[in-house]
Amino acid sequence: MTEGTTLLNPPPASAQTVAVTVAPPPKLTVRNLNFFYGDTQALKDIGLDIPEKRVTAIIGPSGCGKSTLLRVFNRIYAIYPNQRALGEAILDGENILDAGYPVHKLRSKIGMVFQKPVPFPMTIFENIAWGIRHHEKLSKSEMDGRVEQALRRAALWDEVKDKLKRSALGLSGGQQQRLCIARSVALKPEVLLLDEPTSALDPIATGRIEQLIEELKHDYTIVIVTHNMQQAARVSDRTAFMYLGELVEFDETEIIFTKPAKRQTEDYISGRFG
Amino acid sequence: MPSNPAIAVIRNADQRSRADARHDVWFRGLLKACALLVLVALLGAAFSTLWGGREVLFGQGLHFLTSDAWNPVSGDYGALAPIFGTLVTSIIALILAVPLSFGIALFLTEIAPTWLRGPVATAIELLASIPSIIYGMWGLFVFVPFMARVEPGLSATLGRIPLLGKLFEGPPIGLGLLTAGIVLAVMILPFVSSVMREVFQTVPNRLKESSYALGSTTWEVVWDIVLPYTRSAVIGGIFLGLGRALGETMAVTFVLGNAYNITSSLLMPGTSISSSIANEFNEAVGTHRSALIALGFLLFVVTFIVLLVSRLMLRQLARREGA
Repeated sequence: MTEGTTLLNPPPASAQTVAVTVAPPPKLTVRNLNFFYGDTQALKDIGLDIPEKRVTAIIGPSGCGKSTLLRVFNRIYAIYPNQRALGEAILDGENILDAGYPVHKLRSKIGMVFQKPVPFPMTIFENIAWGIRHHEKLSKSEMDGRVEQALRRAALWDEVKDKLKRSALGLSGGQQQRLCIARSVALKPEVLLLDEPTSALDPIATGRIEQLIEELKHDYTIVIVTHNMQQAARVSDRTAFMYLGELVEFDETEIIFTKPAKRQTEDYISGRFG
Repeated sequence: MPSNPAIAVIRNADQRSRADARHDVWFRGLLKACALLVLVALLGAAFSTLWGGREVLFGQGLHFLTSDAWNPVSGDYGALAPIFGTLVTSIIALILAVPLSFGIALFLTEIAPTWLRGPVATAIELLASIPSIIYGMWGLFVFVPFMARVEPGLSATLGRIPLLGKLFEGPPIGLGLLTAGIVLAVMILPFVSSVMREVFQTVPNRLKESSYALGSTTWEVVWDIVLPYTRSAVIGGIFLGLGRALGETMAVTFVLGNAYNITSSLLMPGTSISSSIANEFNEAVGTHRSALIALGFLLFVVTFIVLLVSRLMLRQLARREGA
């Protein structure tokens, strides 16, 4: 099926990706992961290796469990009663799903950005400083530096440097989303989880976020859930295709989009369902 | 004469739209009347208490507001003691009930397992439906003897702290401002906590998730995110409770002791505006009666000032954030 390939122009980064043929070590290793909403099983026996300092995309039709999988990685599901995950997710040799693994530490190591931009109802500066303060004691000048660094990292500094004391609710949608990325980056995480980060944004703002992902992947391991297949093709190095709670296929992005091994993957990326 | 059916339809529609317009006018008038009725009732109550209390309010003027004497025999009346008692018991009630309600609401929205949320919420709402006379009886027969046993301990411990100790001096009789404040706290607890619970539930999940995702603790999320987000509704709930506490009559009358005192000690008996009225209205005539009605008017004024303060506070907070 060659129609699938017309979907994507080869991503600009693909040249480099191919050049690095040696697979980087996995940052996060998932084994036998099952997830339940009450009695409903949402993930079935998932196993995959997330490579370090690469962008891994998770695609699949609505309800396939891709967001659920992402939400396991920082245990954000745990704030709801009735949601539980069984199995292993190994980060730096430790199983983060162990009840004994401190959730604070986990969430400072693995940051998350959500579908809709969610600025906190405080100033732009406070939006960033608030999270830092929960993990580190910094002096005023150190804090100023950290906030600036985070905002620069998220390519937002030039737009907001004169209005740090203004409410973050006054920013545009795209700026708010970059603020959310800055907020996560400020904690110096190792992994960034992006849950459909551009689905509420216009094309220009989306472009900026994608560009940002490209820059951030040199320092962070990034996992992005998206139902925009072109986006997955553009930004990711590896792509996982999920369907009905199962991991169908996980491979180099180019392979997934040009010669997928599974029939279901091919049907999905060629737009035959989903 | 058979008329053209098309014209009949038009005429019909014409009539119909005129009838509609008329109905609309009536309906709007009716709604306006409903709203005005509240205003008229409020002004009427305010005015009639003002009129009923004119003899004392205008006859004695400032003396009524600044004197703590209350002597029906010599006809010397001052509202200070009841106002003092009303405010102090209500403030005690708030100090106790607000943090507790906050904890209850938090537990129910953030922490409790699903199966526990419904029953506890219902239990709290049932607490609100207990008539105040029952609280009064419980207060007098159960809680006052209990406080009489606890108060020596309070005097011996908290009473020794300089300055603060002044609040806990005196004979342990059980009746008094502290006891009344605690009973009031129990009474307003259901109101404040169910308002808080409901407004906490309005916080969008994505806001909470984003905050938790930064590795924040439940406390940090609640204090810095949930509370500011729901602030005006929470303050509204607190003032709803305060309004009830200020006006509560029966329960307070039972446990307050009904003495026209202004003391620094919370263990001493006092009186409140509404309990003074309830106690004495039966046998009051002439100036005495006028003084009681004037007290009623003052309760209006106190409540109004409290509401005004809450509005100003909210506006101040909004301005600070919006800047």
